[in-house]
Amino acid sequence: MTRPRSYREATARRRVAGLLDAGTFTEWVGPGARATSPHLAALGAPVSFDDGVVVGEGRLAGERVVVIAQEGLFNGGAVGEVHGAKIRGAFERACAEPPRAVVFCIDSGGVRLHEANAGLLAISEIMRAQFAAQSAGIPVWALVGGACGAFGGMGIVARLCDAVVMSEEGRLGLSGPEVIETVKGVEEFDARDRALVWRVTGGKIRRTLGEATHLVEDDLTAFREAVAALLSSRQGPVPFTLETLQAAQAGLEGRAARDAAVRDGQVLWDRLGLDDAALMETAQFNRRLQELS
Amino acid sequence: MDDKSALFRRLFPAGHDVACQGPVLQGWGDAGDGRMHVVGTTDHAAIDTRIALDLARAVLEAVAQDAGRAPRPIVFVADTQGQALSRHEELLGLNGYFAHLARCVHLARQQGHRLVTLIDGEAVSGGFLAFGLLGDAIVALPGAEVRVMDLRAMARITRIPLERLAELARTSPVFAPGAENYWRMGGIHALWAPQDDWGAALRSLCAETGTEDQRARLGTERGGRRLALAIARQVRDAA
Repeated sequence: MTRPRSYREATARRRVAGLLDAGTFTEWVGPGARATSPHLAALGAPVSFDDGVVVGEGRLAGERVVVIAQEGLFNGGAVGEVHGAKIRGAFERACAEPPRAVVFCIDSGGVRLHEANAGLLAISEIMRAQFAAQSAGIPVWALVGGACGAFGGMGIVARLCDAVVMSEEGRLGLSGPEVIETVKGVEEFDARDRALVWRVTGGKIRRTLGEATHLVEDDLTAFREAVAALLSSRQGPVPFTLETLQAAQAGLEGRAARDAAVRDGQVLWDRLGLDDAALMETAQFNRRLQELS
Repeated sequence: MDDKSALFRRLFPAGHDVACQGPVLQGWGDAGDGRMHVVGTTDHAAIDTRIALDLARAVLEAVAQDAGRAPRPIVFVADTQGQALSRHEELLGLNGYFAHLARCVHLARQQGHRLVTLIDGEAVSGGFLAFGLLGDAIVALPGAEVRVMDLRAMARITRIPLERLAELARTSPVFAPGAENYWRMGGIHALWAPQDDWGAALRSLCAETGTEDQRARLGTERGGRRLALAIARQVRDAA
């Protein structure tokens, strides 16, 4: 058995190397291209030669995939003009030379505030490009297990993906707890209460709600195996018609009505008889969820 | 409450009927060559799961209404202060409700509806991303405010002094709030002036607008965003 390598602690490049078959990765517009952010430079802020995102193609379990991996250690994985353009370009390339899937390692707080307008437009352009890839029959799978999670516009992008693989340590949402606490007060959301933060945004509650489609250990190999299983399932993008969206609408209406006053994931777990969910090992948690479904 | 009736009278001289349920607008308007759908928000709405679902349902109803006939344009009226900030909304997975809304908008585009967004009031961040910012053409009406976050909050989070940000805001469109900056970056297609004929302008936008995302190209041409198109092309063409 191989030694576990934490996905959360790995850099974007290590994640790509750990996910793909050895020696198969080709990077597009890598650090050698020196595509840095002029907007960060204008503010006197540090720049990165890859602007905080790695894009390229390689093989996973022998199948060709396009990979996008955000670097959470650089400005919280936030999306600026260059960073966003690389992601959009990767989706456009996927449309031109269709891979089996796009694997999207999201690790980002959303828009990079130093270049906020450009970042907001970039995320909108990523959404459009991702829709185009999905419409062309290419599934897009999000991996969320980094320290920055998937928030802001990238939280929306994650939920546009056809599968979302998370670890318990991963977090997924729209507004981060710190933002809510700053604007609405500590009574609304105590961002320092880490257990509460995970019960609201973490991988287990997102899996319980069906938003994460897979929950895996914080281990690069576990993430790779989850993607390999998706590849071998041969599934394409989630179908996208008036009927499927009307059904999705009914599902979301139902959840909003059922959980109209819930502010803590523990309430949902108690209702399901999973009151010790927070303490369970990932495998046990997955087994219990499976038994309930 | 601002029901935007003055706006609709100018846009739709041939008549309109737009109902206002809470902050959500839904109905039709006729700019002179037939009815088009109207969907949007008013009162600087903070978009929560309820509003996102109401907007999504309105878009799906517009698509369903035109099944089997020529799809009519949908006019999105964007007036939002951003997403609702609450622990309950986060637990429900507000981002997923926004993603659903975005999918509904994309479906409408795929079904052949032209999508024209009019920003009347405010367009901020998350509430704008999942809806108005996905339009085929985006117009700012006079006085429209477009931003991600105000400069004071940005200064707090980026730890860059407000004076420095204010100074850079004068020369750089990339982070200063404002419809003109978004126009220069290609994120807003047109700025309408008070004296313009908005009904005629809306008719010609609906006739001329395509479904390709032209924003990066416009940003390059207008000089406000010089890298978005070039870098995406480099990625597409890399050996």
